[in-house]
Amino acid sequence: MKNIFKLSIGFLITAIAFTSCGDQKSSKSNGALSSSKAEKVYVAPGEHDSHYAFISGGYSGNLTVYGLPSGRMFKEIPVFSQFPTNGYGYSEETKPLLETSYGFVPWDDSHHPDISQTNGKLDGRWVFINGNNTPRIARISLTSFETEEIIEVPNSAGNHSSSFITENTEYVVAGTRFSVPVPQKDMAIKDYKGNFKGALSFISVDPEHGHMDIKFQVLMPGFNYDLSHPGRGKSHGWFFFTTYNTEEASTLLEVNASQNDKDFIAAINWKKIEEYVNNGGGTMMPANYAHNVYDENTHTATSTMKKEVRVINPSEVPGAIYLLPTPKSPHGCDVDPSGEYIVGNGKLSANLTVHSFTKMLDAIENEKFDGDAYGIPILKFEDVLAGSVEQPGLGPLHTEFDGQGNAYTTFFISSEVVKWKLGTWEVLDRKPTYYSVGHLTIPGGNSREPFGKYMFAMNKITKDRYLPVGPEMEHSAQLYDISGDKMELLLDFPTHGEPHYAAAIPAEIIKDKSRKIYKLAENEHPRKATNESETKVVRDGKNVHVYMTLIRSHFTPDNIEGIKVGDKVFFHVTNLEQDFDVPHGFAMIGANNAELLIAPGQTKTLTWEAKQVGVWPFYCTDFCSALHQEMQGYIRVSPADSNIELSWSLGED
Amino acid sequence: MKKAGIIMVIGSLLLLGLFKFPLWNIMLGAPQYPEPLGMNIHLDGIQGVEEFDIQNIDGLNHYIGMKTIPKAEEMWEFSVFPKVILGMSLLGVLIGVLGFAGKISYKFFLGWFVLMSVLGILGMYDFNLWLTEYGSDLDPKAILKLKNPDGTPMSYKPPLFGHQKLLNFDVTSLPHIGGYLMFVGMFLTLVAFWLGRKFSLKTAK
Ligand SMILES: [Cu+2]
Repeated sequence: MKNIFKLSIGFLITAIAFTSCGDQKSSKSNGALSSSKAEKVYVAPGEHDSHYAFISGGYSGNLTVYGLPSGRMFKEIPVFSQFPTNGYGYSEETKPLLETSYGFVPWDDSHHPDISQTNGKLDGRWVFINGNNTPRIARISLTSFETEEIIEVPNSAGNHSSSFITENTEYVVAGTRFSVPVPQKDMAIKDYKGNFKGALSFISVDPEHGHMDIKFQVLMPGFNYDLSHPGRGKSHGWFFFTTYNTEEASTLLEVNASQNDKDFIAAINWKKIEEYVNNGGGTMMPANYAHNVYDENTHTATSTMKKEVRVINPSEVPGAIYLLPTPKSPHGCDVDPSGEYIVGNGKLSANLTVHSFTKMLDAIENEKFDGDAYGIPILKFEDVLAGSVEQPGLGPLHTEFDGQGNAYTTFFISSEVVKWKLGTWEVLDRKPTYYSVGHLTIPGGNSREPFGKYMFAMNKITKDRYLPVGPEMEHSAQLYDISGDKMELLLDFPTHGEPHYAAAIPAEIIKDKSRKIYKLAENEHPRKATNESETKVVRDGKNVHVYMTLIRSHFTPDNIEGIKVGDKVFFHVTNLEQDFDVPHGFAMIGANNAELLIAPGQTKTLTWEAKQVGVWPFYCTDFCSALHQEMQGYIRVSPADSNIELSWSLGED
Repeated sequence: MKKAGIIMVIGSLLLLGLFKFPLWNIMLGAPQYPEPLGMNIHLDGIQGVEEFDIQNIDGLNHYIGMKTIPKAEEMWEFSVFPKVILGMSLLGVLIGVLGFAGKISYKFFLGWFVLMSVLGILGMYDFNLWLTEYGSDLDPKAILKLKNPDGTPMSYKPPLFGHQKLLNFDVTSLPHIGGYLMFVGMFLTLVAFWLGRKFSLKTAK
């Protein structure tokens, strides 16, 4: 009886399935399908995402922080660009961060974030990112989520094959995209070939404080160094760089740099060069580059110009550098979690080339060279080739790994992500992206232990993905679940600026270390006022320093008189709050720079020039309390020849 | 009677937990404070649960004109309470030891308990007086002057025990570890009394 009952239910279901007609059926099944996907990206109100993603801002010059799987943006961290939102790059304390040998450069093109590692695993202490335009590397703290240090890279131009980290954060590596005369000099552009150099910089990272210092630069032949990645595990101690324009063309590169059948991946044994340098090797060369460090206690950055850099010519360290022929202008240079496979994403190639580290060592040992380029041995393509993925798609750019033996490669031209197997080189799955994907990220994808689960693709073209907003729009990204055999598209979300890469990490590694306030007791700002009795106004010639405090809901002082036309007023503003998420703002009428947003316990300085006689208001821009609107004050500006004495007060009638 | 004496000693010693752990705890949560602010009432003063809680509670309370939370030296209780607790603990130990040695009657155990209870109730009464004053002695120039529906000024007295809603805050007032240790200790002295009584009834037979 039971069986008959079951059977009839079976028939019923089949009948329903067969009788439901076209339109209705597809809309229903779509509904069911998308609701299960919605569950996978739904983070209930008040709950937290499982992963952080640090997504580069490209021409925004900054770094954005997103949550996965929700695709929600939590913060934009100003790095290379001025940020009027909080006064970064405008306040006296943060202006030095943007100093360079070119002067104050308040913008950049930020590209490739990478999270610090210990033993090949993400440790979540810092995230590094490169400024592509005016060559710089920044270090951002993952406790304060603020930029703490920026170092300029001399002899470099178009800092693109950066900022990738060795497996114990020994080095953050920065390679130049454009080769240039080193040192710079006045010469004919057509004499590029053989004369320009490509500097690859190994910047040491202090294990305690993260402070960066250029340990050495390798002056390579004048190719374009596109991307790079560290060796790991067995290949730890090596670094790999893709090159294009091995033709060394200086004009119409789209044709002239696409002639060679193969360009190179440069393999650099940095351990060997490090040893050479530690024994006094290399040459100190005159240089001029900025090193800018922000101190969390003084809340102030200082900029120092460095005057020399150690350079190495490849010929000085025989056996440290080799060239691996790789088809057609490879872009991404990606090393699998085991360190065995080096993927060269030849962007004009039909196949995806994978080199073997073991075979490379073997070829080196047996000196199976195929000539040299400026004295650097070239290995034979066949001798180092591990295999190639045949016809996987068009325009491969970047590859990441899931830690399960699979690789995921983006294809810009065919606009898809292709999943393939390391070792067998077979294509397992492909999913479209919307549209023309550049890079993709798997949490921990550049480490010995990727976390898998999610992959997201960052696209270059948005077109119709969202409600139209005119000709200029943000880029789109797609999130995929990669825990199954097939990739599953879960979510489409807009990103800020133009992401060129992202680094993602499970939230639990960093979230509990996130800072809530700065302690007033640890504030060492030279012009702080840590309580209201320390506030004052001091004249120093035409400069007037206002030592001001903020607390819900007043400024101390809030009435200032005795300022004269032509004075430069420095507001040194300390937020006395010691409560989480109670910033105050400081905004002065007609300020030619920006406002300030001051975190609890922090001191920041805004400069304001008194230009017109009158009584001018200032106010708090952050809705800090129920009496936020009352948080305001006045400055009286008198004529330049007035003899009104400086005075300041709070609460006096 | 030996067992009773030992339990009496243990019970009295548990009072000393108050020198390490807070007696009482008051937590203040609000929509804006998903991680509530809190104060721990120790024998010798009031401390924030987190480093800046006291400062932040004071900061909020200034809107409604409340005084700042008193420092240890501003209340006599915080110098007297430690002495009382230490004295009671030593007295209890002495009674326990004498009881163990059979020198005094088990009735002393009950006597200690009654004395401790009286002192405890006096302490609670005093604490409640302070809470009332703290919650209702408001600055006449307060930014927010709120009235009850009947026109009397609103009081912000935190509850002595349990939960109460004060404006946007949910205030919860409960014993803390030190307090619980004290209650367990006092209960043990009752157990000691009961055991001692049982023993003496048995021997009387
Ligand atoms: Cu404010």
